[in-house]
Amino acid sequence: MRHIVSLLMENEAGALSRVAGLFSARGYNIESLTVAATEDPTLSRMTIVTSGSDEVIEQIIKQLNKLVDVVKVLDLNDGKFIERELMLIKVKATSTHREEMKRMCDIFRGRIIDVADGSFTIELTGSGTKLDAFIESLDKTAILETVRTGASGIGRGDRILKI
Amino acid sequence: MNQVSITTAEPSVSDKLPSEQPATSKHASDKHCTGADIVIKCLEAEGVKFVFGYPGGAVLHIYDAIYKQNHFKHILVRHEQAAVHAADAFSRATGEVGVALVTSGPGATNAITGIATAYMDSIPLVVISGQVPVPAIGLDAFQEVDMVGVTRPCVKHNFLVKDVKDIAVTMKKAFHIARTGRPGPVVVDIPKDITAHLAEFNYPKSIEMRSYNPVTKGHSGQIKKAVKLLLEAKRPMVYTGGGVVLGNAAESLIKLVKTLGVPVTNTLMGLGGYPATDRQFVGMLGMHGTYEANMAMQECDVLLAVGARFDDRVIGNPKHFFSKSRTIIHVDIDPSSISKRVKVDIPIVGDVRSVLAEMNDLVAAEAPKQSPALKAWWEQIEAWRSRLCLNYNNSNGLIKPQYVIEKLWEVTKGDAYVTSDVGQHQMWAAQYYKFDKPRRWINSGGLGTMGVGLPYAMGCQFADPTAQVACVTGEGSIQMNIQELSTCKQYHLPIKVILLNNRYLGMVRQWQEFFYENRYSESYMDSLPDFVKLAESYGHVGMQITQPGDVEGALKEAFAMKDRFVFMDFITDQKENVFPMIENGKGLSEMILAEDL
Repeated sequence: MRHIVSLLMENEAGALSRVAGLFSARGYNIESLTVAATEDPTLSRMTIVTSGSDEVIEQIIKQLNKLVDVVKVLDLNDGKFIERELMLIKVKATSTHREEMKRMCDIFRGRIIDVADGSFTIELTGSGTKLDAFIESLDKTAILETVRTGASGIGRGDRILKI
Repeated sequence: MNQVSITTAEPSVSDKLPSEQPATSKHASDKHCTGADIVIKCLEAEGVKFVFGYPGGAVLHIYDAIYKQNHFKHILVRHEQAAVHAADAFSRATGEVGVALVTSGPGATNAITGIATAYMDSIPLVVISGQVPVPAIGLDAFQEVDMVGVTRPCVKHNFLVKDVKDIAVTMKKAFHIARTGRPGPVVVDIPKDITAHLAEFNYPKSIEMRSYNPVTKGHSGQIKKAVKLLLEAKRPMVYTGGGVVLGNAAESLIKLVKTLGVPVTNTLMGLGGYPATDRQFVGMLGMHGTYEANMAMQECDVLLAVGARFDDRVIGNPKHFFSKSRTIIHVDIDPSSISKRVKVDIPIVGDVRSVLAEMNDLVAAEAPKQSPALKAWWEQIEAWRSRLCLNYNNSNGLIKPQYVIEKLWEVTKGDAYVTSDVGQHQMWAAQYYKFDKPRRWINSGGLGTMGVGLPYAMGCQFADPTAQVACVTGEGSIQMNIQELSTCKQYHLPIKVILLNNRYLGMVRQWQEFFYENRYSESYMDSLPDFVKLAESYGHVGMQITQPGDVEGALKEAFAMKDRFVFMDFITDQKENVFPMIENGKGLSEMILAEDL
């Protein structure tokens, strides 16, 4: 099953590679991994999208907790949470298709953030499945380039990951 | 400290050289110390008695500071791998944190096998490695290697110190991390220029890390449940590993096992955790464990696992293990060791000594009596024991390796530090030397590192200079760190090497017999040196023993030479194999016994 694991870690050189190294050394899946400093610059927040049986996920959480740089770990799937991902997608927008592309963008509540002769760059935010759906709905030959951030997640309401 | 940003501006290459020179610290006051002085003062503050190491360019400032101090003794090995192994054995024998010091690049990479060995067996070490100067990092400088990157998968934690002001707090953290929680090796990588820079020495008395707070006490509710299960069990079994030895919990374990009147087995790493000569001890379990230990593991209804991790050499095929149902209680300080290979029913995360002590209190209050069910269980175990699975045929006129170990046990009165390398001799030492005390059996259980035996013996001898130290080894393994004969000469270490020389990589040959139709691919150890002459060339005593009748006398003679290093080359039966044996992928009760063949 797909899980989103959120963690807080010391914002230190090499901390990211400890997490990445753990996943590769123990053969765990990483679907996506995103990391940036928090409002407290000594802490980084990382979101890892992974998958595995319950036993594997349990081990992943334990192994992450074992890393000396990791302060807190939370399996977002243990409760209610919100998940968002940002995609920047550059699509062909030639004269005949410009209108159509704009309409698709509007339907998915995307924003056109760059306009050039023959192309649009669209910014789209949502769950991974929504971004997948947008890509699916486009003619493959129309897609020039896609950039996805990987999922970020946050607990709903009182579920707060903080030290 | 240790934030992502580099705290000091990078000096240009032209001003790099002068800054590499250590400032003259005539007054080694705590106010103006070089980084090298600070390293020494940290080691002093930690009460370190021995540093095992090998000098080189990047650590020259540190070695200069070592020259000027008299707080600890530096032991010069002949290869960095041996430095780490010796520090590792020192720790295994004493319980203290072992310390090794190596230079950058090849010095650092030579240390890796030692570090990985310690990591797999959870041995607390601090390994200090030199690094190229900070401005040269990443430029493929001479003797540069990314030590933090290379060691990441085989350390508990590691540090690269980029500011002289960070050395003391980093060293404090390193020792703290190494010895607390589930212990392990910590690498501190220090660039050469940092060891020359000046700073005030200020060693923190204690350290708080928000990201590192290992659990100590077990959950009382879980402990209560566990004790209830143990008291009600019909076929209880206790299985303990290296955690009992590392956690200094042997006394608590003995008390619990005695009060409950239950059978107990130790893993290879756990030997000595419970006295092997006691009747309730059913021997080591696992791939080469005793028949009674493995059968009892398979057939028990309540299993208490303490400081052990159900690894592949211990329970064999987990599917087969679960073909019988039993309730498992697992006590371990590392939550990730619980339910990793085997799903457990009562997990207890905590320091094994404190958990066992709490169990003892609860059990004492119940004053258990031996139930009829437990009596029947013991009858079953005695029936298994009567198979005498460790019997061997000693009649063909050749020296049997098992016989050498039995005699070694007798001659040393079961009280020696026994180190081993890896292979058949290791299993025989584990099976036939009855360890009654913890921290006496020193071997590489997890990584299975050939070549540890001799440096391990060195570490033990430094830990306990008057003790009897025996290195049980094979002619394959001993040659992997044979250069340390020179270190033993330098420090007059009266180690006794017990070489079980069968002219084969015995365990490889054994597997080739079982699984590869006797195709002995590269398992013959040809072109062996004359070990007697080799030992003598280093000024040691060399002996070759070829007759079974000479074994005991030779051992007595060797151990009577209390101040000499004696290399004993026992020419043993080439074809002897280790039994019982569980083939790879088979289950605990699917053992092959010697009598089956």
